[in-house]
Amino acid sequence: MTAILEKLAFYWTYPFVRYALIVGVLVALCSSLLGVTLVLKRFSFIGDGLSHVAFGAMSVAAVLGLADDLPLTLCITVVCAVLLLRTGQNTKIKGDAAVAMVSVGALAIGYLLMNLFSASSNLSGDVCVTLFGSTSILTLSRSEVWLCVGLSAAVVAVFLLYYNKIFAVTFDEDFAKAAGTRAGRYNLLLAVTTAVVIVLAMNLVGSLLISALVIFPALSAMRVFQSFRAVTLCSAVLSVSCAALGILIAILAGTPVGSTIVAVDILAFLLCSAVGRVLGGCS
Amino acid sequence: MAQLTCRELSVGYDGKAVVQHLNFEVFAGDYLCIVGENGSGKSTLMKTLLGLQPPVGGRIVTGDGLRKNEIGYLPQQTAAQKDFPASVREIVLSGCQGRCGSRPFYNKEEKKLAADAMEKMQVAPLAKRCYRTLSGGQQQRVLLARALCATRKILLLDEPVSGLDPKVTAELYALIQKLNDEDGITVVMISHDLSAALQYASHILHIGDRVFFGTKAAYLNEFPQAWQKGGAAQ
Repeated sequence: MTAILEKLAFYWTYPFVRYALIVGVLVALCSSLLGVTLVLKRFSFIGDGLSHVAFGAMSVAAVLGLADDLPLTLCITVVCAVLLLRTGQNTKIKGDAAVAMVSVGALAIGYLLMNLFSASSNLSGDVCVTLFGSTSILTLSRSEVWLCVGLSAAVVAVFLLYYNKIFAVTFDEDFAKAAGTRAGRYNLLLAVTTAVVIVLAMNLVGSLLISALVIFPALSAMRVFQSFRAVTLCSAVLSVSCAALGILIAILAGTPVGSTIVAVDILAFLLCSAVGRVLGGCS
Repeated sequence: MAQLTCRELSVGYDGKAVVQHLNFEVFAGDYLCIVGENGSGKSTLMKTLLGLQPPVGGRIVTGDGLRKNEIGYLPQQTAAQKDFPASVREIVLSGCQGRCGSRPFYNKEEKKLAADAMEKMQVAPLAKRCYRTLSGGQQQRVLLARALCATRKILLLDEPVSGLDPKVTAELYALIQKLNDEDGITVVMISHDLSAALQYASHILHIGDRVFFGTKAAYLNEFPQAWQKGGAAQ
């Protein structure tokens, strides 16, 4: 045990470890807050879809030779999120099909562009890094950490301020509209926030594993708790602790950060399911 | 002046009308039942009255001090709500959302309103229970309490008794009747159940091949066979 603590103390002296922990925990917090709403709105897969869009946008930025790909990625992802969450309601292509289409399409186009125009000699390595985020969380700069802190604060503030409205719109959009709530506006807010969180989260776990961060804490919390408030709180706490634990294990055991976090999330889900069954919850 | 006035109203989707040239008025304290075949446009009409979709033609005028956001609505349940983790209190309180405007949190007055509505609908003991564990009748009463938080004047109910057993159905009808009688709340209800419509309603709007609007007595004159159908079901 002391050996482990010593090892942790040793790693703690490196700034990149501290940065990784801060960013990891913040991203986990944001994605879990949104996760509850997205899962209940039947948009569990939007995390996956939008992260692939972000991947496509990143390869466009790489092809254009942009030094900083964040603004372009953010723009494209926000536009896609708005379109997807809007088409979910009343259009020819239904929500899940639209998400699947955009997700696969963006992935293919992104890979195609990288293949055609990439100057790098290690193409599959590049793609792998973007998709799985294998190292990017360990190479964060100080300014990226501050950016992440700022954006997370904004997401948490939006969520706290609009908590009641988000609940009303998620539970029953028609009723909320009839009672004079501008549901369209809150859906837009939700779409933009989702896009921001996903672009943010790509730095942590990479494209393919974002879905897990969005859905696992929410689903785990729903096994155990019965009210929206308790589910949201539990999901946030669970997500933050799983992320912190995952990062620590990854550092100690030398495993990939993203997949370790998801593995911890899966364990938490199994645990919660068991607890929910014992408590005789309504699952 | 009437609370709701519809003039030459046509409703439908994507510019195609399902029902055309509806003319009717709803006064304070009326109990209007909208009856008609499946697919005749009852739900579409209600959504249009609520402002959830634009009318294809004609006008809806609200009057008698009724504002657009003072309508209480009891929608048909969606699949997503069946496994939604929310306590009864949270759901009833969300009915006050329209009163909040851009204020982020509920104030004391609204919490009191929600508590009163739960009391009135006899769901106060369930306040902390999870919505998805309730029986169908309890769920409908919770949603009715939520609608009461949104309005003191008019309730629009979309098939409130579908899927309920006869005993619970009768209880729910009695509860709605009480709101209409004692609190003077106007009721506009879509119903499949003609016998109940004839038992409780003061006015009937029949849509379909033949459109009819008038008092219950006039409806029975116009459609004498309806009484036999309704009577047989009773």
